[in-house]
Amino acid sequence: MASTTTTTEVQRGETPTGRAHGAGLQYREARAGYLFVLPFLVVFVAMLVVPLVYSGYLSFFRVQLIGGNAFVGFDNYVRAVQDNTFIAGVLRMVQFLVIQVPIMLGFALLFALVLDSGRLRLKRFVRLSIFVPYAVPGVIAALMWGYLYGRNFGPFAQFARDLGTTAPNFLSRDLMLYSIMNIVTWSFVGYNMIIMFAALRAIPSEVYEAARVDGAGEIRVAWSIKIPAIRPALLLTTIFSVIGTFQLFNEPSILATIAPNVIGIGYTPNLYAYNIAFIGREVNYAAALAFLLGFVIMIVSYVVQLGALRKERAS
Amino acid sequence: MRTNQRRAAIASALAAGSLVLAACGGGGDGDGDGGDGDAAPAEEITQEEFDEAMSTPTELTFWTWVPDIQNQVDMFMEAYPEIDVELVNVGAGAEHYQQLRTALQAGSGAPDVAQIEFQHLQSFRVTDDLLDLAPYLPDDLGDMFPEWVWQQVSDGDSVYAVPQDTGPMGNLYREDLLSEAGIEVPETWDDFAQAARDFREANPDSYLTNLPGNDPGQLVGLMWQAGARPFGYDGEETVTIAVDSPEVRQVVEFWQDLVQDDVVGVDADFNDQWYQGLANGKYASWQTAAWGPVFLQGTAGNTSGKWRAAPLPQWSAGENVAGNWGGSTDVVLNQSDNPIQAAELARWINIEHEPALRFATEQFLFPASTEILEDPEWVEQESEFYGGQRVNELFAEISGTVSTDMQWLPFMDFAYSAFNETLGDAISQRGDMVAGLEAWQAELVSYAEGQGFTVE
Repeated sequence: MASTTTTTEVQRGETPTGRAHGAGLQYREARAGYLFVLPFLVVFVAMLVVPLVYSGYLSFFRVQLIGGNAFVGFDNYVRAVQDNTFIAGVLRMVQFLVIQVPIMLGFALLFALVLDSGRLRLKRFVRLSIFVPYAVPGVIAALMWGYLYGRNFGPFAQFARDLGTTAPNFLSRDLMLYSIMNIVTWSFVGYNMIIMFAALRAIPSEVYEAARVDGAGEIRVAWSIKIPAIRPALLLTTIFSVIGTFQLFNEPSILATIAPNVIGIGYTPNLYAYNIAFIGREVNYAAALAFLLGFVIMIVSYVVQLGALRKERAS
Repeated sequence: MRTNQRRAAIASALAAGSLVLAACGGGGDGDGDGGDGDAAPAEEITQEEFDEAMSTPTELTFWTWVPDIQNQVDMFMEAYPEIDVELVNVGAGAEHYQQLRTALQAGSGAPDVAQIEFQHLQSFRVTDDLLDLAPYLPDDLGDMFPEWVWQQVSDGDSVYAVPQDTGPMGNLYREDLLSEAGIEVPETWDDFAQAARDFREANPDSYLTNLPGNDPGQLVGLMWQAGARPFGYDGEETVTIAVDSPEVRQVVEFWQDLVQDDVVGVDADFNDQWYQGLANGKYASWQTAAWGPVFLQGTAGNTSGKWRAAPLPQWSAGENVAGNWGGSTDVVLNQSDNPIQAAELARWINIEHEPALRFATEQFLFPASTEILEDPEWVEQESEFYGGQRVNELFAEISGTVSTDMQWLPFMDFAYSAFNETLGDAISQRGDMVAGLEAWQAELVSYAEGQGFTVE
């Protein structure tokens, strides 16, 4: 919860500064601050900035099995924006985003509100059970669902057989994307719920009392007070989900072992970059794809944020 | 674990193929041997050099994913007490190659000896990472293997790997299901097609066989049998890509009819559903490699006694030709500081009788060397799973009928992944396989040209 609030504050640019009393003290405080941040900074630079810069550098070159290394400028990027497999992967993720993210966040919000209403017994137990799937590693989750979806041995298939029908083939071309949406939703509803729930707990209770005096019921309170009050948390979870969606990798890559011809090398953009690097051995092109994907994510996140801001101003 | 099993199987399986460097028949063009840059063949090492090296305390690193290979390594260290071998398993198949390539590119950290499947040898040769073993190995080593096996690891006078196991292909079938349906074991592919239709008619819920859309190794093995030579590499800058040649088309068109008429299955292989299909009779046969019989035993244990093994159906009656699917080699990498000891490790565990026999009898690798292929202790084993049949003997005979001159591209991992996107995709959708084949050809050509190769 703490991290939620700080992040949102930072986003709004409201971080309180200038608490210092004198220049000397300010200097000493600042020095201590840098000292504390140093370990993080070292790891951040070594593990994120340096590799990022390096792969940016790589993306401007081209290594061939025959002919070696050459500087090619933006060639890799030009190739990427014309690469149908890459574009299809990005569009598939857009489709994923438009369908899955609202469903997932809708459930998360609903659960958070129900929990916050205090009308539940076994509140802790329920909260934990919704959160537990998030604690299951993505790879394990995909393996587990892969089994559940199975056409011969999966429980859905067996149940359908007992009823004398056949279950839909969850791993077919038509349904695969929705099957993956289901896995991701299952995994991340709890995580998003916790963020929203934490934000809800931070609303001062006087507001509710006032609302109640005015005669507002639970649903009215949720709609008119709670949801507007946690808008920053909603925005945060939306942006996290957007980023997560475009980076989808584990689930399709595990399910590809069960349905290899359904999930091709370019099913998601991340999977594509990985396959280009390690199967096609075109590290430079993969770097360019990764950067381009990063830009796509930045743009979409920015659009989401802009939309939210506009709404805030309007209201 | 399942994946590992699969990978191991495939590994062994796929391995077969690669190196044919064997400057095949057609390529008489001056045969770049001389101009090979680094080709200046090293001097044959002398007995003194060898003895000195083997009695100098040395540490070797060996990357492999063969199960229980510690046995062979221990035997080696007993024979050469000064040599200390560290065995590392960095993963099977693709994972292994990724790590190996990374280490090689980094310039340090690569092992002295590494396992590489036949069809991937060229992809390490093109980056000049394989040590030419010719100076380190006995001159007559080539005589110890069937001709086609030796061709896979040698090019002219150069030797790039010591063969470990192979996968000559045969036909495993459910004797009970076939005789129930009144079907004779097909001797030609024409018989096979008819048998597939008859079987399907008699058993609407199952198929005579399954053709996976995700397993290029199997289909390429069948092309190999048909005399197709879809790939080629001259060891320098020229590759041959002929996956739409008439011989390949013959194979693909044969399967196209069966696939389109729904008389063979098209399920992806090496996953749970497929294992079940083998165990519950959904597929009544499996055209597989010599590592298949033991693999099947582990997968479909409940059907023990019902299976039999036979050679592959032939393209013309009376012929006796096979292809190969899988198998591995051990190579010494150029980075190694101890080439003599490393080469001896690769040779010793695969050639010396005791360790090599143990590979065959305990680890169930299908032997590459003629000596083990003829060893009575192995040949005469009777397999209960196959109704007491001498399966080893049969496959040993098949090994002698694998046709020679098969070659590979120096980028088979891409080639196989492109197969899944094109021809494999067509198979899995029961679509137009010939169009898939043409798409595969186009992808390979464009990749090869993008990588700077001359395409023939």
